[in-house]
Amino acid sequence: MEFQSCVKIINEWDIVAARQLGRNVAKELGFGSVDQARITTAISELARNIYLYAGQGKVCIEKVYEGNKAGLKIIATDEGPGIQDIRKVMEDGYTTSGGLGAGLPGVKRLMDEFDIDSVPGKGTDIKATKWLR
Amino acid sequence: MDFRETMEEKYREALSTYLSEQTENALYQGQKLSRKTIEYKVSPEEIISLHKSILMDIFPETPAKVMHSLDFLLEVMIGYGNAYREHQSLRHEQQELKSELEIATNVQHTLLDTKIPDFDGIEIGVISVPAKHMNGDYYHFVQDENECIGVAIADVIGKGIPAALCMSMIKYAMDSLPETGNAPSDVLESLNRVVEQNVDPSMFITMFYGLYNPHNHIFSYASAGHEPGFYYEAATGKFRDLDAKGLLLGVNKKTKYRAYEKLVEPGDMIILLSDGVTECRTEEGFIERETLIQYIQNNIHLCAQEIVNNIYKQLEKLQHFQLRDDFTLIILKREV
Repeated sequence: MEFQSCVKIINEWDIVAARQLGRNVAKELGFGSVDQARITTAISELARNIYLYAGQGKVCIEKVYEGNKAGLKIIATDEGPGIQDIRKVMEDGYTTSGGLGAGLPGVKRLMDEFDIDSVPGKGTDIKATKWLR
Repeated sequence: MDFRETMEEKYREALSTYLSEQTENALYQGQKLSRKTIEYKVSPEEIISLHKSILMDIFPETPAKVMHSLDFLLEVMIGYGNAYREHQSLRHEQQELKSELEIATNVQHTLLDTKIPDFDGIEIGVISVPAKHMNGDYYHFVQDENECIGVAIADVIGKGIPAALCMSMIKYAMDSLPETGNAPSDVLESLNRVVEQNVDPSMFITMFYGLYNPHNHIFSYASAGHEPGFYYEAATGKFRDLDAKGLLLGVNKKTKYRAYEKLVEPGDMIILLSDGVTECRTEEGFIERETLIQYIQNNIHLCAQEIVNNIYKQLEKLQHFQLRDDFTLIILKREV
């Protein structure tokens, strides 16, 4: 782990801070403007979920390297209520229909890799990575 | 993906043309380009990014604020791009469901397939059309070794896939009955027990079962709350309801069904139907049973199959070709 920095998500302003952090790292890594916007949107969604449903948690941004490719990894963790039925929230149309934003399927689509762990009553742990092409 | 490689060049060309001459033709090039970009699933934010970099190239004097505004626009479009991709994946899912449903429909056809008995002295006409893909109406013919012809017509309350699943069970239960000597009231009693045990309490089935004996021309029948059919008496030219009382299948496992009998004279007709026939809704409301009788009367000189075909065609037209419920009509006619 070469580089990781985190933003605590407690209020709505922290979402902006998380976005800013993500954008800076994305720029440093050399992501183009479309991918920068995708990464920040994914960070927004994850941070917003924490703010709305978990109360508080944190979003960490990490530079990752695999072989000769570089990428950006978002790690969103909270100790909120957790998700009862992960399959359901990963279904297209489940959250978007209610106007809740892109939702987790949206985040998955914006990024290249997506991984979620959630324990009801304990919290949720989401990791999403975008690779530099 | 060769289009993506040439996309930039094409976009540059079209945009440069438009910037130098604001003609309809240049705009048309843009529209044509969008048809291609949609085909190759290029998302809106990618287009904006492409637009910005090309603009910077061909018109470097563009004020910085305009350029910044494009970054802002790109951010806004990310959500639309995501909605676009979601739409694509939902469309793909819908395609899958559709083909699954088609397979299910074929399975149902095979499962519920029944052979219409070909027997001298009695003419049979049948039509059964589902409102949606799968049919919640069911009809079945059996001919036992005494040459008696059994005819069943049933309707699940509800339509579509749940109704069709339910019907498959009825068919299976019917196939499990002994091959001979099944009085209609006994058939309904045993099916009632199967339905009562196996079906969701909110689901009910109505059914009519009749047995035609071609030797003495006695038609015996029983009904489990099914839409009454008609009986046509050739001697008087009159129609009357083929009334039979009985509780729906699946309500109470101890239900008993009353047996009815009727001597069928030459030229007489037994008309069985599902409620999709009588609940054919027109602008003035449901059609009256009298209207239906009138339709049959108008076609009475035809053979049984032609009568049911014609009535279906007429009622279909009356409803502007939109069936609201599964439609089944059966006519048994004793030949003169």
